[in-house]
Amino acid sequence: MSDKVTSNEQFANPELAAVRIDEDSEDLSRSEVLLKGALAAGAVYGTLAVGPFVRKALAMTGGSDVDILNFALTLEYLEAKFYEEAKTRAKASGELKSLVNLLASDEKQHVEALTATIKDLGGTPVKAPGVDFGDAFSSADAFTTLAITFEDTGVSAYNGAAPMIKSKEVLAAAGGIVQVEARHAAAIRLQNKEEPAPEAFDPPLDEKQVLKAVEPFLA
Amino acid sequence: MADMKQLAGPQSRRKFLAVGGGSTALAAFLAACGSDSDSMSTSTTTMKPAGKSETAQFGKGDVGILNYALTLEYLETAFYADVVKSGLFKGADLETIRKFGMEEAEHVQALTQAVKSMGAKPAPEPKAEFPLESAKSVLELAATVENLGAAAYLGQAANIESPEVLASALAIHSVEGRHAAALNTLLGETITPDGAFAKPADVKTVLKSVEPFIVG
Repeated sequence: MSDKVTSNEQFANPELAAVRIDEDSEDLSRSEVLLKGALAAGAVYGTLAVGPFVRKALAMTGGSDVDILNFALTLEYLEAKFYEEAKTRAKASGELKSLVNLLASDEKQHVEALTATIKDLGGTPVKAPGVDFGDAFSSADAFTTLAITFEDTGVSAYNGAAPMIKSKEVLAAAGGIVQVEARHAAAIRLQNKEEPAPEAFDPPLDEKQVLKAVEPFLA
Repeated sequence: MADMKQLAGPQSRRKFLAVGGGSTALAAFLAACGSDSDSMSTSTTTMKPAGKSETAQFGKGDVGILNYALTLEYLETAFYADVVKSGLFKGADLETIRKFGMEEAEHVQALTQAVKSMGAKPAPEPKAEFPLESAKSVLELAATVENLGAAAYLGQAANIESPEVLASALAIHSVEGRHAAALNTLLGETITPDGAFAKPADVKTVLKSVEPFIVG
């Protein structure tokens, strides 16, 4: 069991710099867990309260709420079509198959709800995009890998766009959707034997970054 | 964890997740998607009462919301630390729990710094005790707390004034959703107890649920 002295000039709490935590111990006390978390988060936040990724989110310029919802709708269409196709084409069985059915149903409901809300706001919903998922259905592994990309990207897209939403009600609704996307992400990751929550903070992505991630699949 | 799949269904957990906050758009979403028969929808016609903020006891405005979240994150961190030490879990499940605990600790740090940066005093770490009777009961409690925590963040999103604070809260909120879904999966339960649209929980409900664990 080794003691580690961890130091970081940029710690938000300089007094943490000299903290020794027995990294190998399984028996960290509550205080030690808190300190360890502080060290980890301190590496992200440095001396600033607002992490670099939060500042990035604020640098994004948003359009109207309808624009934002239409952006979300495109992503939801992509996911809905992906899972709908997966029902017949992905080589999924057992738990994964059940999950695919749930995902397909949820994303379809998201599409319907976003479409209705955009109309209610007096906007015109975007049309369903053409899609091409390549060889994503060649194996269960290929499928889950792409599903993880879509869900993780979806979470970050919502997290990136939400601070720009003007209506509190639209924001609350978007929040209800993003949480479900995060749940989806965790579930698929578990199916692929990956960590459900790899990071303590889900970063926001701007529209350009999101489109870069999903563009290959828009026909 | 095959034996973990026998357990009380989502109903017992939903007791803790009374829908609150009142979001008319959520109501529209629910109406738009049609049937809502599986979920509690009692709050969809309730508007948030004007006047005193729900989190006033924790501080003013965004500070109150952050300190409310901080209090919950302290509880989660302490809970996971205790669970890791309990020896009830091994292998992959232990690693999952340990990781979740570390993430909650990072949330504590982020929220603490956010409050300090606003020139306010961070909420104190509450003294808490958690029942650790069996792996199954612990997993159930973890799932309850995480599902509740996610709902708590969702319940406050629309109340946050600063876009910076909102961005931070959202970055945490979705991770709590991941935790909740992972634990639900470990328990053999649905990853989306509220269906396609997660529901918010109000402060009163959340605090009432965690009250039993706070001692002194």
